[in-house]
Amino acid sequence: MSSIGHIKIRAVLENLQAIMDCVTAAAAAAGFSARRIGDMELAVEEAVTNVFKYASPLDPGEIEVACACGKGRFSIEIRDSGREFDITKLPSPDLSQGISDRPIGGLGAYLIMETADDVTYRRLPGFNVLTLSFDPEIKKS
Amino acid sequence: MNIAVKKESNALVVTVSGRMDAVTAPEFEKSISGFIAQGEKVFVINLSGLEYISSAGLRSILACAKRLKELAGKLIFSGLQGHVKEVFAISGFHGIFKICDSDAEGLRAI
Repeated sequence: MSSIGHIKIRAVLENLQAIMDCVTAAAAAAGFSARRIGDMELAVEEAVTNVFKYASPLDPGEIEVACACGKGRFSIEIRDSGREFDITKLPSPDLSQGISDRPIGGLGAYLIMETADDVTYRRLPGFNVLTLSFDPEIKKS
Repeated sequence: MNIAVKKESNALVVTVSGRMDAVTAPEFEKSISGFIAQGEKVFVINLSGLEYISSAGLRSILACAKRLKELAGKLIFSGLQGHVKEVFAISGFHGIFKICDSDAEGLRAI
């Protein structure tokens, strides 16, 4: 795995575009298709906006995003210093609910799981580390 | 994100292009809320020029749909493409919204 993109920036919504630009440039340089890069953008937006909202909203720390590519697989590691939060453990939304019954929100983590080929969460002392991996081909669900 | 509107006899056609993400989605919700405040209840939302949508966009759409449901109004969608079509499908939005190929079809479906 060689590192091909990295950004460390304050964990606030105003910095979403800078993070997205870092990831899309790295994925394009690695030769991934526009369609696959769209999937990555979606998963990364969902993961980082979750950090902006819940990790430490009153005192935003920094978020670090590192992209690497090896053996054809693109991986994006997202590290934040907020409170422990394992996005992979959230319950799946009930997609059969109608407009009135559906809760507002709750789709973000599900969209990450549906678009990334592999999602792993680790809690290190003081950090959440979420790694999203993507194969070149579109995920078959 | 860009929003353009056209008044038809039985609905307001709202064409949304660009990207509906965590930064821009609130603009969509605010815009639709403004039209609802002016008395509009039936919308055809044309997404043929929308390149990208995230859960923030879906959340704004659902919030508008809930308000309209209380007012006996509705949201109909037209022209979904590529990524947006896929995200609607993954999220089960095909099951809760009327989705048409064109505005004309959407206006007929009201």
